Amino acid sequence: MPILWLLLIVLALGAIGYMLGVRRAVASAGGDARKLHSLPSYYGSNVVLATVVPALMLMAAWLLLQPVVIEAQISPLITAEAEASDRSPDLVLADVRRLADGLNDLHDQNVLDDAEIARLNAGRDDVRGMLGQVGIALGADVAQPVLDGARDYRNLWARYSLAMTIVVLGAAVLGFIAAIRNTHVEFRARNVVERAIKALLILASTIAILTTVGIVMSMLLETRNFFGQYNWTDFFFGTTWAPSFSGRGGASELGILPLLWGTLYISFIALIVAVPIGLFAAIYLSEYAGPKMRAWAKPAIEVLAGIPTIVYGLFALITVGPMLRDYFAQPLGLGDSSASVMTAGLVMGIMLIPFVSSLSDDIINAVPQSMRDGSLGLGATKSETIKQVVVPAALPGIVGAVLLAASRAIGETMIVVLGAGAAAKISGNPFEAMTTVTVKIVSQLTGDTDFASPETLVAFALGLTLFVLTLGLNILALYVVRKYREQYE
Amino acid sequence: MTDASANTATGLYATDAHIRKRNAAEKRFRLYGLAAVCVGILALIVLMTSILGNGVSAFRQTYVTLNIELLEAKLDKNGNRNIDDIKKVSTFGYAPLIQAGVEAAMAENGIEIEGLTGKQAGGIISKEAAAQLRNFVIANPDAIGTTVEFDVLANAQIDGYFKGRVDRADAELLKTVSPVQLDLSDALLEAGVLRTKFNTAFITAPDASDNRPEAAGLGVAILGSFYMMIVVLVLALPIGVAASIYLEEFAPKNRWTDLIEVNISNLAAVPSIVFGILGLAIFINFAGLPQSAPIVGGLVLTLMTLPTIIIATRAALKAVPPSIRDAALGVGASKMQAVFHHVLPLAAPGILTGTIIGLAQALGETAPLLLIGMVAFVREYPAGPPEGFFDPASALPVQVYNWTQRADAALVERASGAIIVLLVFLLIMNVAAIILRRRFERRW
Repeated sequence: MPILWLLLIVLALGAIGYMLGVRRAVASAGGDARKLHSLPSYYGSNVVLATVVPALMLMAAWLLLQPVVIEAQISPLITAEAEASDRSPDLVLADVRRLADGLNDLHDQNVLDDAEIARLNAGRDDVRGMLGQVGIALGADVAQPVLDGARDYRNLWARYSLAMTIVVLGAAVLGFIAAIRNTHVEFRARNVVERAIKALLILASTIAILTTVGIVMSMLLETRNFFGQYNWTDFFFGTTWAPSFSGRGGASELGILPLLWGTLYISFIALIVAVPIGLFAAIYLSEYAGPKMRAWAKPAIEVLAGIPTIVYGLFALITVGPMLRDYFAQPLGLGDSSASVMTAGLVMGIMLIPFVSSLSDDIINAVPQSMRDGSLGLGATKSETIKQVVVPAALPGIVGAVLLAASRAIGETMIVVLGAGAAAKISGNPFEAMTTVTVKIVSQLTGDTDFASPETLVAFALGLTLFVLTLGLNILALYVVRKYREQYE
Repeated sequence: MTDASANTATGLYATDAHIRKRNAAEKRFRLYGLAAVCVGILALIVLMTSILGNGVSAFRQTYVTLNIELLEAKLDKNGNRNIDDIKKVSTFGYAPLIQAGVEAAMAENGIEIEGLTGKQAGGIISKEAAAQLRNFVIANPDAIGTTVEFDVLANAQIDGYFKGRVDRADAELLKTVSPVQLDLSDALLEAGVLRTKFNTAFITAPDASDNRPEAAGLGVAILGSFYMMIVVLVLALPIGVAASIYLEEFAPKNRWTDLIEVNISNLAAVPSIVFGILGLAIFINFAGLPQSAPIVGGLVLTLMTLPTIIIATRAALKAVPPSIRDAALGVGASKMQAVFHHVLPLAAPGILTGTIIGLAQALGETAPLLLIGMVAFVREYPAGPPEGFFDPASALPVQVYNWTQRADAALVERASGAIIVLLVFLLIMNVAAIILRRRFERRW
C-alpha cells in the first residue's frame, strides 16, 4: 500500500475518532456538556492524538530503519559480489537499488508480473533492454548476483512494507479504541491533551539539538574513516594540496594549510574592508545622522544583507574580478587572473558591511545617553565623546561583532567559489588566485564521489575543521561580550 | 564655542590653534562616517546596476519568422502518416527544411549576400528549432506536405550581435559565426523577418545544453525552488513555532533548556555549507533519499531556516504583554489555552514576518544545494506533487551557478537574468513581510 494512502487512512481514522469522542463524551454526561470535566472538543482531540501520533511516529521510525535493515540482510550477497567484481560494496549496492527500482517500474507498467520477475535470469533475458523500454538506462549489462540481490531487495521491501502497514494500522486502531473506551464524563481529557501537546512542543524544541548532533556525528564518522586512510599529521601540517584524480592509492597530497591560508587571507581582506566601513557607518547613523537620513540610509545598507551570496559571487565573477585585473593586477605586474584573493575579499567585505554595521548600531545605541551627556558637558566634542566614551563602552560588543563577522567570512562559500579561484597555494600576492576550505568542500563533494576514497572523505574532515573553527569564533564572541560587558542601569 | 565675537575676544572665547585642531578633527571624523555610509550605498548601487546591466538583455531574445515547407519526401517517405515512421526522423532530418526556410525568406525579400553558403544561412537559426519542428510534426502529422509559419529562435551568436555581445571583429575570429551571417541577419531585420521580442521561454523553458544556450530557461529551476519552499514552509513553520512556544512560554529555567538555547543560537551561525554536508551524509547516504530532489533540498533548508524562524517567533511572543496572559489565566483558562487562544494569534503577524524572511533566506541559499547534487543538468520538469518532490530538479540560485560554470557569454547573460528573477521573488517576499508588519503588528 502506498505510504500516502496509509497516511490518509490514519488521518481519516483520527477524524472519525474526533466525532465519536465528542459524541461519546456528551452521551456519557447525559447530553449535558456542562457536566463534563473538560470541553467536549478535548475528548475529541484526545482520541485524535491517541490515534494519529503514535501511528505516525511508528511509521516515520519504520521508514527510516527499513532500508538499513534490508541492506544488512542482503549484505553477504553484496560483499560477495563486490569481491568477485572488484568494486566497492557501495557501488554494488547502488546498482542493486537501481535495478530493484527498475523491476518495480517493470511491474507497475505491466511489462512483467511477479512470477516472471521471479523467473528472470541475467544470462537468458535481456534485463537491460527491458528496462530501457520503460525509461531506465543502465550503464552495463546486469550480472546474475546483482539481479538476485535486486530481487531479494524487492521482496524484502514488499514484505517489510506490508508489515509496516499492519503495525501502523494496528497502532492507530489500538490507540483509537483505548481512547474511545477512556472517554467518560469523569475523564480529565483537557489535562491529558495538554500534556500530550506539551510533549510535542518539547519534541519540536529538541530538533535543534538533534541537528547539531547530526552535524557532528555525520562529520565525525566520515572524518574517522578519512584518518583511517590518511595520516592526520599530513592533513593538518601538510603544505601541499594535490588530490589525485586517478582513483585510489596514496598518491594524493591533502594538506589543509594552503586552504587555511587562502581562507584566512580572504577573510582578513574582507574584514579590513567591512570593519571600518561598517563601524563608521554605524557611528554616523546612530550619532550624527538626523532621523530622516537614518530612515532611508539604514534600510538601504541593510538591503545588502538580504542579497543572496550567489549574487555577490556573480558580481565578483563578472564585474569586480575583471576590473581588478585590468586596472590593478596587470598594470602593476602582479598577475593576470581575474579570480583572486582581492576580488573575493573585496566582495565579501561588501557583504559583511551591513552585518558589522547593524550589530554595532545596536551596541552603540545600548550605551546610555547619560554617559554621552557627561562627556559633552565636560567640553568634549562629539567625536571625542564617541572615541573616548561611547566606543570604549561598546568595545566588547564591537569585538564580538567583528568575531561574528570573521566567522561568517570563514564559512562563506559562493563568493569564494566564483571569485577566489581553485588553485591551492600559499602566497602573499593578493592578486593571485587562491582557494579556501569551503571551495574544496564543494569541489570534492560535487560530481563523481566515491565514499571509500580519501579524496572524497577529506571533504568531511575539512567540514569538521570549518565547523570547529566557526563554532570556536562564535563561542569566543559570546564569551567576550558576556565577560567584558558593563552593566548600565 | 565659535561665537561671532570670538574672533576678537580673548581668553575662554578665543579659537586658538588647539580648538581649531579639535574642530577640524571633529569635522574629519564626521566626514569619515558620512563616507562610510556613502560607500555602503554606492556598493549597493554598483552591485545592482552591474547585475541589471548584464541581465536585462536576457529577457529579450531574437526570433526569426520562417515559412517552412514540411516536405513529405523528407518527413514521411512512405506517405502513410504512420506516427512511428515519422518519429524515426531525427532532428537532423529537419535541418535541411530550416535551411530551405531561411533561403525562401531571403528569396522572398530579395536578399542576396555574397559568399554566403546555404549551410551558413541555415546556421543563423538555433539548433533548438529542429526539435521545435519535430515536436510540431509529431503532434500534427497532417501538416506534412503543407507550409507552416514558425517563430524560431536565432542562434546565440546572432542574438548576441543584436544585443551588442558579439561584433564583427569577433565574427571574423569565431568559428561559430561569420560576418556574412551577420550581414544576412541585418538584412532579415530590415525585412521584418527577424526581430527581438520579450522572451517568455526564459522563464518557462527548461535548461538547454551547451550548444544551444539561446534556448536555456529557468522553468525547472523555478519549479524546483517552489517545491523546496513548500517543504520548508510545511516543516519549518510548525516545528519552529512549536519549539518557540515551548522555550518562551513553558520551559523551566534549567540546564536542558539552556543547552537548547545555546544550540539554536549556534546553529544560526553555522556556515550554510555544513548543512549541505549534513544533508549529504544523513538524507542521501544514510536515509537513501534521491539526489537532486527538492525534498532533500527542502529538508536541508528547513534545518537551516529553523533558527531564524525560532528567533523571530520568540521575539514576537515576547512582544505580547504579560497582561494578556494574566487576563486569560484570570478568567480560568489553562496555561495552554492562554497561549494558544490569546498569545499565539496576537503574535501571528510577527511570526509570519519572520517566516517570510526565513523563506527568502532559504530561497537564495546555494552552497548546501550544491552538495546534495542539485547542480545536475536537468531538462525534465519534475512531476506534480507529491511525486515531484522526489524527482530531480534544479533551483534558482544553483541554476545561476551552473550557468556561470559553463563558460559561454550567452549563458553569463542568462545567469544575470536569472539573478534578476531571483531578486524579484525576494523583493516580493520582503515587501509582503513589510506590509504584514505595518498592517497587522500591534504595539502595546
